[in-house]
Amino acid sequence: MSPKWRVWLGGGLLALVIAAALYFPALRQQVDKAAQLTEKTAEQARRELVPIAPARSGEPRVKVKMFWGSTSTEGALTPVTVELPLSSDPVLRAKEILNTLLAGPVDPDARTLPPDAALLAFYLLPDGTAVADFSEALGTSIPSGIQSEQLAVDSIARTLEANVPQVQRLKILIHGQEVDTLAGHLDLTQMFRVNTRPVAAPAAIAAPAAVAPTQKSPTAPGKK
Amino acid sequence: MEEGSFGILLDVRIAEKTGAKFFIGLCSATLAMVGIAAGWAKPQNSSASPTQGAQSTNSAASSAAGTPQTSSGAESSAMRRAGLNMVVLDPAHGGTDLGARGTEGIRESEVVLQFAAAVRKALEAQGFQVVMTRDGNENPSFDDRSGRANAQRGAVFITLHVGSTGLAGTARVYVTPEVPPLTTDTTGMIPWDRAQGPFVVLSHRLGDLVQMELAKRFKGSPDAVQAAPVRQLRTTAAPAIAVEISSVSVKDRAQLDRMVPGVAEAIVHGVAAFRPSYVIPSLPGSGGGIQP
Repeated sequence: MSPKWRVWLGGGLLALVIAAALYFPALRQQVDKAAQLTEKTAEQARRELVPIAPARSGEPRVKVKMFWGSTSTEGALTPVTVELPLSSDPVLRAKEILNTLLAGPVDPDARTLPPDAALLAFYLLPDGTAVADFSEALGTSIPSGIQSEQLAVDSIARTLEANVPQVQRLKILIHGQEVDTLAGHLDLTQMFRVNTRPVAAPAAIAAPAAVAPTQKSPTAPGKK
Repeated sequence: MEEGSFGILLDVRIAEKTGAKFFIGLCSATLAMVGIAAGWAKPQNSSASPTQGAQSTNSAASSAAGTPQTSSGAESSAMRRAGLNMVVLDPAHGGTDLGARGTEGIRESEVVLQFAAAVRKALEAQGFQVVMTRDGNENPSFDDRSGRANAQRGAVFITLHVGSTGLAGTARVYVTPEVPPLTTDTTGMIPWDRAQGPFVVLSHRLGDLVQMELAKRFKGSPDAVQAAPVRQLRTTAAPAIAVEISSVSVKDRAQLDRMVPGVAEAIVHGVAAFRPSYVIPSLPGSGGGIQP
């Protein structure tokens, strides 16, 4: 090989190296961006698969009692009456009510459930057993402790008791699974008693339906 | 601890881990008594009061009144030496499970160890034998912790927590609200996951006594015990309470440190007040309770 070709070859290789060095950061940025887009948690994917429930603007507005934390009494719940368009179907009704409970009260201090928690599914069996499936945030974002976990479960159970008489007992699942505790303290392996009163009409057999977690009823509750 | 009882319970715990039900019952109690009668048992705590020393299979009322029951034979002799002698202390969480965490970096798993050490010292000063479910940064399972109490006879179980919420400087006591009814079999055994069932009434009594003492020392604490389905308590076959102190959210760790002596004192006074009324509840098929 003549010296002239060696120079040309060396120069060409050098130019390639410089071009690659310039292009590499931009390429890496694009790869990172693509990875972020494809990196979805199972929960996010599940949320996308869940069909968005149709807006229930046609339903009559009824007064419901929500149990949020009391701002005056430490560790207690207080009923707050709000008006919501509610279905007469117990499953849809329960889902709408639980979504409102999750959306929280006006006063954030009265919140009993973490704001990023979502109801993934709700089932009601003919014997009055309800199964509420919440996202992982219910367990991971709640303040850990016996009192706070007890308040969270009580607010769910008492709100269902006040508004969905067909629910007799409640089982709480986290992301479709039975878990030992809510956040290290409260036992979730067993049922929570919701309503001991006899129900006039038999509970509807609910098809496994899920709600869109993003669709939360707007709340502007006032304290009683 | 009675070795006979311990052996049976260990075997049963292994069975439970393989999926079978864990039973605690009459067979272990009977074997324990035989063991004591044969001289296998360790000597009981010598600091027990006269009312603690007396034990029989008769009613709780006579025991609470401090009336020693007259009975004969090795069995009654063994039972006289039983009664509340041991406290199983459970500093909750540990290891990778930090429990509640405060904004100032306070970790529940660390703080409860400090409380437990003080409670242990105070209890031992009063003549109680104390067993800890953990001394360091380990994280035994719920069942392992319960197992420490279930392997004893005449023990109470106290799990210590520091919550994220609640009025700072207060403490609350929790007990299991209820346990589904026991099976109707007459084997004298109860399933592991319902082990707290026969002890719920006793747990309430112990909880009330401890809560009363805490309320005296920490203004704003409730006057009576509260019911909550605390996971740790459900599988414990002994009078069992959870004490939750508020809270990891304090701005200064010293606030919690100042509570340590008061909490220890309250627990010791509560347990000591509970001691005379301690009755091992009757189990299905056992034909009656065992009382001090």
